[in-house]
This record gives sequence, C-alpha cells and structure tokens, in this order.
Amino acid sequence: MIELKNVNKFFGERQVLKEIDATFLPGVCNLIIGASGGGKSVLVKCMVGLEVPTSGEVLFGNQNFHSLEYEEKKELRKEIGMLFQGTALFDSLTVEQNVEFPLLMFGNMTKQERQDRVAYCLNRVNLSHAYGKYPSEISGGMKKRVGIARAIALNIKYLFCDEPNSGLDPLTSRVIDNLLAEITREFNITTIINSHDMKTVLDIGEHIVFMHQGQKWWEGSKEEMKAAQQDNAELRAFIEASV
Amino acid sequence: MSLFREIGRYVLFMRYVLRKPERLYMFWQNLMREMNLIGVDSLLIVVLIALFTGAVTTVQTASQLTADTGILPPSFFPMSIVGSVVGSSSILELAPTITCLVLAGKVGANIASEVGNMRISEQLDAYEVMGINSAGFVGLPKIIAGVIMIPCLVIVSNFLLIYGGLIAGKFTGVVTADEFTTGVRSSFIPLYANIMLVKAFIFAFLITSLSVFQGYYTVGGALEVGEAGTKAVTRICVLILFADLIIAKMFL
Repeated sequence: MIELKNVNKFFGERQVLKEIDATFLPGVCNLIIGASGGGKSVLVKCMVGLEVPTSGEVLFGNQNFHSLEYEEKKELRKEIGMLFQGTALFDSLTVEQNVEFPLLMFGNMTKQERQDRVAYCLNRVNLSHAYGKYPSEISGGMKKRVGIARAIALNIKYLFCDEPNSGLDPLTSRVIDNLLAEITREFNITTIINSHDMKTVLDIGEHIVFMHQGQKWWEGSKEEMKAAQQDNAELRAFIEASV
Repeated sequence: MSLFREIGRYVLFMRYVLRKPERLYMFWQNLMREMNLIGVDSLLIVVLIALFTGAVTTVQTASQLTADTGILPPSFFPMSIVGSVVGSSSILELAPTITCLVLAGKVGANIASEVGNMRISEQLDAYEVMGINSAGFVGLPKIIAGVIMIPCLVIVSNFLLIYGGLIAGKFTGVVTADEFTTGVRSSFIPLYANIMLVKAFIFAFLITSLSVFQGYYTVGGALEVGEAGTKAVTRICVLILFADLIIAKMFL
C-alpha cells in the first residue's frame, strides 16, 4: 500500500502539487487521471523519488520514502518497478539483456536462474520471440511490453506506469491495459497508472484519483465516478472531453 | 555568479560519480566497453594526426633553420637540431595537447551526446528508480576508461610524431635519419616524459568528466543534446589549454 500525506511541491514560486492525500491499495489498478499540466507526472515522480516533495510524506507500507537513508532507499527501490512514457529501454542492450539487467544488478541468481526468469517475464508479456532484438528494432507496443517485463523481473511490490498508452494504437493500448491489470492481480502489486485515456479508466480502473490544477479534485471507484460527475464540473468536463 | 554555481554543481556531481560501483561485474563490463570506445576506436585518428603533425613540424623547422635571414648563415645550425626541436616539442606539447584537443572533439562530444540522449529518453531516470546511482553507473566507467586509455594514446602519439618527423625528413631530404635521431636523443630529458604523462592524465580526466557532466544535466530534446556536445567540447578545449599553461609553469 502507498499512502500520500499532505504532499506539496513547489518549483520556485509555483506550486504544482497542493496538499495531496491519497491511498493506493495493492492488487488493484490505481489510476491517476487528469488533463495535461494537472500535476500527475510530478506526483508520480515524487512517489518514485525522482522529485522530492517540498513537504508531506510518501509512505510505502509504513516507511516514509523521503526520510530514508540512501542505502534504505536503495533497498526499497528494488521493490519498485516503473514503466516510463518513452519506455526508457537501454539502447545498447538487447531485449533479453534489458530484462536481465535488474537481475544482474540486484539478484543473486545463477546464470541458469536468470535465463529462466527472463524467459518467464518475456513469455508473460508474449515476447518470447524478441530476445536478441534491440529496442530500435521493435515496435512501440513491443517496447512497452519489454518495459513491463523489465519492471517485473525482480519480485516488485509497486508498479508505476507513466502514460502507458501514449503513442500506441487503440488495439495495442488495450493489450497493454489488460496486461497491466492481469499482472497487478497475479502478483498482488500496488499498481499506479498515470493516464488521461478514459478507455483505460473504464477498462481497468478500480481506484481513481482525479487531479486538477495540482490538487486531488476527486477520488473513488469507477462506479462512483459516474455518479460524481453530476456534481463535479471539472470531472465532468474531463470525462466528456475524453470520451 | 553562474560560473561558481556551475563549478559547485560539477563538484557535487563528481561526489556521486566517484562512489564505489554497486556491482563490480557490471562496472567491469562497462569499463571494457568504454576502453574500447575511447581507446581502440580513437587509435586511427590519433595515428594519422601524429604522423602528419610530426612530418609538418620537421619540414617547417628545417625550413626555418636553413632560411637565409641575413643574420646567420643558412648552414649555421647543425641539422640534428631539427630532431631536438621535434623531439622536445612532441613530448612536451604536441603529443599531450594536440592529441587531447582532438580527443576532446571526438570522445568528449560523443560522451556528452550519449549521456544527454540517455537523460532525455529517461534512461537515467530508469536507473535511479531501480536504485542505481545513475551518475556513477554511467560516468565512472567512462572516466576511468579515459584516464587509462588517453595517456596510452598520448604515448603512442608521441612515438608516431617523432617517427613521422623522421620519415618526412628522410624522404624530403631536409635532414638525414642519423642527424634526426642524434638530435632526438641528445635533447631527451626524462622530466619531459613525466610532464607529458601528468598532462595526459589531467587532460583525460577533464575530457571525460566534463563531457559526462554536460550530458547528465541536459534538459530538453534533441537540439539540447547537440548543444551539450558543443558546449562540452568548447569548455574542455579552453580548460585543456589553461591546464597546459599551469602545468608548464609548475614543472618547468
């Protein structure tokens, strides 16, 4: 479980996150939605440690991430996987080596065990045919799937996805969405997806946080969202513009 | 003010780069790759530049010594002086400085663009999220590889500069091989070789660390990656020339 307590973030004088409180549960797809510039990406970056909140707490279980020592943070980060918007695959490594990378860095596995784990992860994302290919030789959808395979290579507890559908066609987007939902349930991980794709929300969204102008504007389930938009003009405008 | 801020940022950055590697096996793999890229891949350009610079220096020095200026007769100097001039200037200046200026363009721009590209494509963020010190993981192998390989290239360059001079002297007939060799041997001072190595190590560190630094803090897109490469080369060249002066003043 991840808990945010009164998270604020300033860039100079500009406040981009305002008193965010939220809870993200394991085994469900938690979605952060909202228009561009609403603070979604900064919030995710604060959660994974790429940005430091100006004030507030980001709790992984009962550990406040930003008050941990360097070595403690390193340990916690081994439980975190992230699928980047641009996939962030390592150009100089093949698909197989990209997935093997976290295992080499942090695992204490034999070569055979590593190969088995890579095979399992690539099979899980239906990419068992792309072992020796470089990121530049595969499609956008395949890159996303390699990114997911790399993220789950270690037995992670938390998975962050920044715009997993950006740049993908609708069909491939659904494949990625379903894959994320399946993995979340299968490994009981806390998955947080940053998206503005309403189709994703309707397909796999279980717990939704709507961000607007740096604030948590609304939070609830998919079913509750339908009812809430009657009273919430910003949420309604976002949904109507997206569908 | 911005100069001091930049120096401070560089020093803080180096504190992260010079940390103990997380996995020695991965560090070793990266180091070998970088040594190949920085050293072996730069060998051809270093060989060509050294041979031609040595040849040109010999021909021009001989021409100046035999020129009838009206002050001294053209045959006043023994031609072995050409060997002395080429030998000393190669060891002291041409091998370390010219080679490193060339490598600043080749290696420095390459590293800055590579690291800058990793920054804008979020690869450095991916390392950080995994709990890897991205500055150290990416930067340290490049710096160590540079500090090992660039002095080796400078030594090779020094021999080829002198050899290029010898060949050019022989084939153009301006100085015989015996005269040239006598000149090189008679003017050799071991301190000069030490200075050459000190320069090579310092220049190597400047080339690699500054280019990694410049690339690491790239913000923006493809245009900024190109700018990072250009900025890195400009700064490295200026600092090499400045350090060259300081080292010369300190040791000579």
